Amino acid sequence: MSRCDGEIIAITGPPGVGKSCIVDAILQRLVPKKSIAVLAVDPTSPLSGGALLGDRIRLSVLDDDNKSESIYVRSIATRSSSGSVPSIIRDLAYHLLANSFDLVIIETVGAGQSEMRCAAVANRIVVIEGPARGDGIQAEKAGLLELADLIVVNKSDLDGTDKVVNDLSMSLGLTEDAPPILKTSTITGDGLDELAETIVDLKERVSSQRARNRQQILMAHENILTSNPRFEMVLDRMSEEGLVLEDAMRELNDRTS
Amino acid sequence: MGSRQRVVIAKPGLDGHDRGAKVVARALRDGGHEVIYTGLRRTPEQIVRTVMDEDARFVGLSSLSGAHSHLFPKICNLLRESGLSDVVVFGGGIIPETDRPALYSAGVRAIFGPGTPTTEILEFVEEASKKACGVGSDTSWYWGE
Repeated sequence: MSRCDGEIIAITGPPGVGKSCIVDAILQRLVPKKSIAVLAVDPTSPLSGGALLGDRIRLSVLDDDNKSESIYVRSIATRSSSGSVPSIIRDLAYHLLANSFDLVIIETVGAGQSEMRCAAVANRIVVIEGPARGDGIQAEKAGLLELADLIVVNKSDLDGTDKVVNDLSMSLGLTEDAPPILKTSTITGDGLDELAETIVDLKERVSSQRARNRQQILMAHENILTSNPRFEMVLDRMSEEGLVLEDAMRELNDRTS
Repeated sequence: MGSRQRVVIAKPGLDGHDRGAKVVARALRDGGHEVIYTGLRRTPEQIVRTVMDEDARFVGLSSLSGAHSHLFPKICNLLRESGLSDVVVFGGGIIPETDRPALYSAGVRAIFGPGTPTTEILEFVEEASKKACGVGSDTSWYWGE
């Protein structure tokens, strides 16, 4: 049996598009043949610092005792003040893979820097879209399309999914190795079997790997910056003493003192 | 505010109403905590599994249909048996005063009836997070004693 190197798969997309239901559908079909861990990432409220982590509810597969033994679900808040969540998720994913899980699924909302970095931890990224709402393709706007190894247009039971498929095909038509596009409906079950089969065998694309690597480098650099012991002090001086950006950067990069 | 806690809000038993549980979940979120809501009609085993997988320090049990006297102690026992003795258990919903002493003895550290201000629940979480009052600890302390 060939070793699939797509062991960490990110499932990302705008809120409400059906990511958790799709993750549930995938788990229903792949478990218990495969043991799967899900890291479900939700945003921390910038106002309170708290988070409502509700992805777990949608995973009805956990009610099946035959399957729940082969599944681990962890809800993770982005805790927006620190930049370290994506690194933590990478460490968690590797730890889970080393401890006998066949596949790790990272589920994130595809908006914002932190979530994109979380998705880039994976070695395959699946972008979920919903039916057209007259405001264009969300993934395209979020800069996610370049990261996608597979695009799923969900809610095919509703009007507007064909339009999204067409728009995507046109956008990606000029790309050399465009990702496959699948239509699914978690309500009718259409396309879900095909989705599960496709995910297990997802081919890597050169351009998406490059985009992921880019995110990983950006993330690593951001970590270096935020873990600089002078970071907080420099921030204070910018806010309270009017230290300008160029001087702030110089202070942070200065290794002589 | 004290330190941020991970809290599971659970609906054991056959209750179909979770408005109260969701109000508490949101209040905890607004108070800076990370809340995992289990959804309706969870078994004690599923609830304990969620607490374990999510490394939650607190679990809030909501019961409106009278099954608390059976289910809450069962969950407390399961938590202890699963090595989760430092988890703090609290409850809410429709729980008559006469039923409460048995629940406190079983390891529940607070019971919040209808109309409890959400600020009180936040105060409880803050105070309990500083005490050793997990479901397996020796203390007989409970909120409002």
